[in-house]
Amino acid sequence: MPWVIAIMMFLTVLMAAAGLGLFHAAQLLSRDLAGGATVQVIEADAVSRQDTVARLKQVLARAPEVAKVEIVPESTLLDQLRPWLGDDLASSDLPVPALIDVQLRSDAPQVLASLRSRIAPISAGVRVEPHAKFLGPLSGLMRSLAWLAAGIILLMAIATGAVVILAARGAHDSHRATIDVLHLMGATDVQIARLFQRRMALDALFGGTLGFAGAVAVILIVAQRLKSTGSDIVQSIALPGETWLLLAALPIAGVGLAMLTARMTVLTALERQL
Amino acid sequence: MSSIVQFENVGLRYGLGSETLSDVSFSLHAGGFYFLTGASGAGKTSLLKLLYLAQRPSRGVIRLFNEDVVTLPRKRLPGFRRRIGVVFQDFRLVPHLSTYDNIALPLRVSGMMESEIAAPVAEMLGWVGLADRADARPATLSGGEQQRVAIARAVIGRPEILIADEPTGNVDPDMADRLLTLFEALNKLGTTLVVATHDIPLIGKVAGAHMMRLDRGRLQDPTGALRYPPRRSDMK
Repeated sequence: MPWVIAIMMFLTVLMAAAGLGLFHAAQLLSRDLAGGATVQVIEADAVSRQDTVARLKQVLARAPEVAKVEIVPESTLLDQLRPWLGDDLASSDLPVPALIDVQLRSDAPQVLASLRSRIAPISAGVRVEPHAKFLGPLSGLMRSLAWLAAGIILLMAIATGAVVILAARGAHDSHRATIDVLHLMGATDVQIARLFQRRMALDALFGGTLGFAGAVAVILIVAQRLKSTGSDIVQSIALPGETWLLLAALPIAGVGLAMLTARMTVLTALERQL
Repeated sequence: MSSIVQFENVGLRYGLGSETLSDVSFSLHAGGFYFLTGASGAGKTSLLKLLYLAQRPSRGVIRLFNEDVVTLPRKRLPGFRRRIGVVFQDFRLVPHLSTYDNIALPLRVSGMMESEIAAPVAEMLGWVGLADRADARPATLSGGEQQRVAIARAVIGRPEILIADEPTGNVDPDMADRLLTLFEALNKLGTTLVVATHDIPLIGKVAGAHMMRLDRGRLQDPTGALRYPPRRSDMK
């Protein structure tokens, strides 16, 4: 049984780490997306574009819907486009839209609509894109995956309980003669169940520790790999300090679950005897 | 003498078959020495099971230590069982425990501290002549040694009743005599003895012992008057 528990714990800790990491990333993403919007100025003529940006900045800074305005520097835009369009982008004739990051005071649709109507007269080439529109589905996917992980953990806990029930029943059957002798000596059901509980706790502790150690090693390796991708979104799948405490609590919960299941199983079996 | 066990019209049936024990009525007095005899299948082991509370009867009343144990709630049974010692025919020693731990088992079950256990177990090991086999596992002991461990385990808790099922069935005559001497010593200390045996000559060796005989589930000597050897008062 310890090896089965080790495997179950290994998978449970990995699943929990994935779930917690994704949940944390989804939270970060949601926080970043909340009220965020980008104002795009799509004009081929660079002079006209700069003029529109300057006027937009003035209007946005005064707009009651807006909490913060920040013009994205052209160099930053070029840096982001360089991997796709090459190093000669700055000297080419290809028009690059100007971007203004805006932090709205509210996520409400009417706030966005009000902002759109406020800046629409400035230029026909101005668009407002809320961040939630293009990153929202990703955040939703991360949350869904986190819930899926939680569901799998629940199933693993049920499977672990089932393994312990089978092991406790097997042990009860194979030690039936000894149990009968203990009963006839005056041992109570609780005394006998305690012996099984202790055995199962030791097995679960051994298996749980082994599985946890293996999973932590895998998590550390995966974390290194995520870090080396250099992607902000991928790197946001991280495990903050308190989640490690939650992961460390899993083997302890496993021992508790094994003890409780063994106790209930043995007590139920003993109650059928005189 | 006060009655420690009373059976009144006790019947025992396993499943839907015929009764293994029928209309069994007797009473055992505290400090008495009782032999239970009968042919194989007569119901001796079934009667002993009722006595050591491994089984409930199908009908009738069993009073143990002046309490009706037939209707006793299950959770109260351990308290009664601790007052009864049992020596099984097949010893039933716990195979993975040493001689010492097997003998200490009833004391641990009763909740005694480890520091309180060592002295009585050592005394018991000496009493049954197994002081030098304290660490041995049952599998390494001879039949006679296992029997003595089983007896030591049965008596270490100072039970009020000691029940032995065919205790001499697996030992040579010399060992059988030594076991009987142990039982008599216990009986003199006040323990009520109930010994199931086929060995009729063995019964004759205990002065004042009562004999109960079972025949096809019925007790042939319900008054307990049949004795080996008979007491003068019973001959009047």
